[in-house]
Amino acid sequence: MVKALKEKSLSGKDAAWLGFIVVLLVLPLIPAFVSNSFRMHVMILILLFASMAQAWNIIGGYCGQVSFGHSVFFGIGAYGAGMAVVTYGGTPWPGILIGMFAAAAVAIVISYPCFKLSGHYFAIATFAIVEIFNRGFLVWDWIGGALGLDYPMIKEGLNNLMWHNSKIGYYYCALVIFIVIFGVVRWLEGHRFGYYMRAVREGQETAESLGVNSTAIKLTAMALSAAMAALCGAFFVQYNLRVDPPMVMSLDTSMKFVLVTILGGSGTLVGPLLGAAVLIPLQEYTRAFWGGLGGGVDLIIFGLLIIIMVVKQPAGIIGIFFYLKKQFTKRKRLVKGVEHNGAP
Amino acid sequence: MALLDVREVTMKFGELVANDKVSFTVEAGTIVGLIGPNGAGKTTLFNCISGLYKPTYGRIFFDGDDITGCTPYEIARKGAVRTFQVVRPLKDMTVFDNVLVGAFLKCPDNREAFERAAECIHICKLERFQKKMAGELSIGGKKRLEMARALATKPKLLMLDEVMAGLTTTEINASVEVIRHLRENGMTIMIVEHVMEGIMPIADKMVVLDGGVKIAEDAPSVIANDERVIEAYLGAKYSQRFKAIRGDEIHG
Repeated sequence: MVKALKEKSLSGKDAAWLGFIVVLLVLPLIPAFVSNSFRMHVMILILLFASMAQAWNIIGGYCGQVSFGHSVFFGIGAYGAGMAVVTYGGTPWPGILIGMFAAAAVAIVISYPCFKLSGHYFAIATFAIVEIFNRGFLVWDWIGGALGLDYPMIKEGLNNLMWHNSKIGYYYCALVIFIVIFGVVRWLEGHRFGYYMRAVREGQETAESLGVNSTAIKLTAMALSAAMAALCGAFFVQYNLRVDPPMVMSLDTSMKFVLVTILGGSGTLVGPLLGAAVLIPLQEYTRAFWGGLGGGVDLIIFGLLIIIMVVKQPAGIIGIFFYLKKQFTKRKRLVKGVEHNGAP
Repeated sequence: MALLDVREVTMKFGELVANDKVSFTVEAGTIVGLIGPNGAGKTTLFNCISGLYKPTYGRIFFDGDDITGCTPYEIARKGAVRTFQVVRPLKDMTVFDNVLVGAFLKCPDNREAFERAAECIHICKLERFQKKMAGELSIGGKKRLEMARALATKPKLLMLDEVMAGLTTTEINASVEVIRHLRENGMTIMIVEHVMEGIMPIADKMVVLDGGVKIAEDAPSVIANDERVIEAYLGAKYSQRFKAIRGDEIHG
């Protein structure tokens, strides 16, 4: 019986895996076809935002705790790498690791009291935390205060995680982060922790009645999510070569984490990629073409898209695919039914 | 030593006394029915045992350990697992995944957990629905899902809270079938139930609550003839009529 079940579920899973492998095979080849620097920039941002959204997806999508505080972790990661290079004049690598651990630690400390709150109140509390960190970092001299950190011109290469002449290095770097984060989430999805996260999302009391320590699950998911967000932040600062508090620790950035995931389909593996693939080109191209209109045109389109999505397809872009699949199987069944009726 | 030992458990909500010094035991390998009219405090007692409430007074021992005031997940890990009267499916997960969450408690390994979940789905006759979302099941299916999920955790004590209420006769029979099967395999079960024809034939012992107080604890056949129980359930007037009918039966 178990065997039959596995065989059945394989076909669906196979398709998903196949699609994923195709994407993984195509992505590394993209620099060979795209020479335009702006297009490369868009591709890099898509990968970065897909990774950021996937990091958020762990706690927000799978575990169901909507956090608007992820720009804090993103910022901590950015400052980790930035300070290793600017303040201490070394390579960013130790800074990236320290940033990830610091973000996870901060996530646990601030989430523990916040998880006592449920639903909307949790979301509101995380809003407040962004503001607190933003103000705190602005007046903290050790990390550069309001002036922020400006990167010096140093040798390019993997050691300094910096490239000056072309964006290809950054592209592959973003691709590695993307694969790591998507890989981690894919692994979680099929194991105990992933099922427990979803159980906590669907019903905390029910999960507890089945022996799930929901607080521990939420804290672990939050720490993991924060560390991933910090990794993305570190990449962001290496790509940008500058960081100051409003750039990273703002509600704007927090919103991007949330919106990209929700637009694509939260709680699904491909949702964050879909969301980023739609939103980021839209944002970058409107900014490039209509930016002169006074700024914010991209945000207007962004907002409109979200409204349409929330009204028409709350499950996100991936919901459209599910809908089409359902229609398709329904039609197939109808056709089959007709055949059955036709045969006496 | 009894598997579950409830000693003088009292639960107060402000001035309201929902349970007043309730004591009883559940021996390993038996089925104990907990009955009583609406508002008798059955579900409150269940919530105290499963850790949702902390009793105001009294102690609860399970498998030799004092579990009074433990959290629900600690108690579930010790092996006392409950279902909910108001069903709580994990709606956006499939029926199979729901059961799998339970199975992961004692089988951290994926393959083992999948096998355990499949086994419990088979026992509770949910095979046809296992790929459906749990939210789409009928009420009978959802009640059986509650059972399958709790069962998957390999509990020492299974606590079922009204798994038959609101079901059709066919569905009740299906549930009774499942409970019989579990009993044959030596599972210890405690059932809160209103459906008498469901619980009377399968229980080894009945505990009767009324107004938060335990009024009787005995074998089902004795309970059925206990005047206080009949009165509590049906009122004095009906109790007389009931006696008359029973008198007929005895004579006939």
